[in-house]
Amino acid sequence: MKELEYPFDANYILSKKKRIKRQLLEEGGNFVEKKVAILGGSTTNDIKLILELFLLNYGIKPSFYESEYNQYYQDAMFPNAELEEFAPDVIYVCTSNRNITNFPVMSDDAADIDKLIAQEVEKFTGIWASLSEKYACPIIQNNFEMPFYRLMGNKDASDIHGKVNFISRLNMKFYSYAQEHQNFYICDINYISADYGLKEWSDPFYYHMYKYAMNVNAIPYLSFNVANIIKSIFGKNKKGFVLDLDNTLWGGVIGDDGVDNIVLGPEESEGQVYSEFQRYLKEHRQIGIILNVNSKNDYENAISGLKHPDSELSEDDFIVIKANWDPKDKNFSDIANELNLLPESLVFIDDNPAERHIVTEQLKNVSAPEIGEVHNYIQNIDRNGYFEVTTLSKDDMERNEMYKENVKRAQLKASFADYGEYLKSLEMKGIIKPFEPIYVARIAQLTNKSNQFNLTTKRYTPLEIEDCMNDDSYITLYGKLMDKFGDNGVVSVVIGRVDGEVCHIDLWIMSCRVLKRDMEFAMMDTLVHHCKNRGIKQIRGYYYPTAKNNMVREFYSLQGFELIASDEHGNTEWEFNIPTQYENKNKFIDVEE
Amino acid sequence: MTREEIFESLNEVFRDVFDDEEITVNDETTANDIEDWDSLEHLNLVVAVERKFGVKFNMGEVNTMKNVGEMVDLIMAKK
Repeated sequence: MKELEYPFDANYILSKKKRIKRQLLEEGGNFVEKKVAILGGSTTNDIKLILELFLLNYGIKPSFYESEYNQYYQDAMFPNAELEEFAPDVIYVCTSNRNITNFPVMSDDAADIDKLIAQEVEKFTGIWASLSEKYACPIIQNNFEMPFYRLMGNKDASDIHGKVNFISRLNMKFYSYAQEHQNFYICDINYISADYGLKEWSDPFYYHMYKYAMNVNAIPYLSFNVANIIKSIFGKNKKGFVLDLDNTLWGGVIGDDGVDNIVLGPEESEGQVYSEFQRYLKEHRQIGIILNVNSKNDYENAISGLKHPDSELSEDDFIVIKANWDPKDKNFSDIANELNLLPESLVFIDDNPAERHIVTEQLKNVSAPEIGEVHNYIQNIDRNGYFEVTTLSKDDMERNEMYKENVKRAQLKASFADYGEYLKSLEMKGIIKPFEPIYVARIAQLTNKSNQFNLTTKRYTPLEIEDCMNDDSYITLYGKLMDKFGDNGVVSVVIGRVDGEVCHIDLWIMSCRVLKRDMEFAMMDTLVHHCKNRGIKQIRGYYYPTAKNNMVREFYSLQGFELIASDEHGNTEWEFNIPTQYENKNKFIDVEE
Repeated sequence: MTREEIFESLNEVFRDVFDDEEITVNDETTANDIEDWDSLEHLNLVVAVERKFGVKFNMGEVNTMKNVGEMVDLIMAKK
């Protein structure tokens, strides 16, 4: 919903929140349900209500546990039957500098203040340890915003007695903890409040009047950031940009003005702004975000712009470049197809409102932010949190290379008449083994990200993956695939639950980037080998349809399973009786088990 | 702004906050007359009224407002 994308109208959201909620629910769609516990150090009611809107907009239907006023510590530290029964999927600890127990006084010496820091940090680490032990779910923790007054003025920042100094030190301690613990995420209210304007943010009126630790009008900005972290945890980040060229990456129209006359580079101010924007986009490659071009231009003209001596971006930085005279929505969906991605996982950046309109009208759930004037592009895109990082795996950082390799594979494929010959030429090697600790984060990430090649759409947290890994009653397999162009990383996961002589497949997923490479058959072969070793006679598969996984509706039939049950919702159940002589189905991948 | 005009705008605010197109307020309307009007919604109402009329209530005023009539008096005094 446009109203819930940045730059949003906070007043509108606050005053129409009930109507917005009604609209979001009426629009329907496929919501995943998540249980969110909010443990607050101040009033959190509206933070919760607005958070609900943003989450619904991301396709997440939350149910909430909300602690009583300022009961975050008690709720975390002491037995809490209600919260235990609620069994949260994520916990948000919403505290502020109002919750700091003791600030230094001027007569304290350095050792006293170190002790105050240690006590405060101990209080919070106690909370986090207790929560992760009891609930084994991701924790989101606010850091501290800056104080709303400075006793010593500017010296408050550098003097150890200053509140500014004290809060900065506490925040650093929080960050160290975040660096050392998986599943623990900082909600950076220090940045959000500064961005909003600290003076307005911490207007004491709202604390004394309603016990809100922030200005009520700022709540949408906070809730939006929390929603971004949550959607990122549950695998709903965007994956790349689709970019217009003229008046988006440079000023002017290259086809009319010529490459020598486009506005770009250090010579004058407007050109500098476009250069800065190009650098901003290019930085995204470091966190695995892919760049593509969708431009109404002759191809040669488009490329000549990217070859401009002052262009920060070069042809090589893009995965797919579409420069032609087709409608932009067609190009957009072609780009998504070539990448094996859903259109909604790409963000469209175009200065032209009409082009944004046609793309968002034709392709559901694609974001095309109102980027404003060129000097506002970065701010308007950045604050949308499309690519909010919660975990950054090695695979993420190498994602651009992977997509590039895929493009090369596609080119190679085109040169073979026979598909089998093509597969052979890829010289594929696979590793298919039970889960290993180093892959836990990636496996959990895949279970949350895979929508299309996903038989049951069951989502797992890293802790649940670890549980399966360590539990003998599960057969777990991850699959890595390499070929002559590079390493695709972990691309497939199977989790089977053993019950006597039957193995029930709880999860079978594969990344769409390795479709039609025989990897699904290689996984089946290894699964059968493991089952045989454990004396299992039969494998049961389950398919639960969603809006996105139609491609695997007949998957088990393809693997040689027999349909044994189905219901009116399209849920199906399949069985495969393992023969004494099982012949491997994969012919092209050299697998190490 | 006349008292009538303020009431008209105020009705819009109440309808948005309580998501009920039927609401019409008058001088005597109090929290007891509107089902969802609890202390938390009171806050939203006050913030929405402040925004609508470009006024700011102080704490004492927020705490002592007895009915919608008093709210309108305050808005008129501040405009």
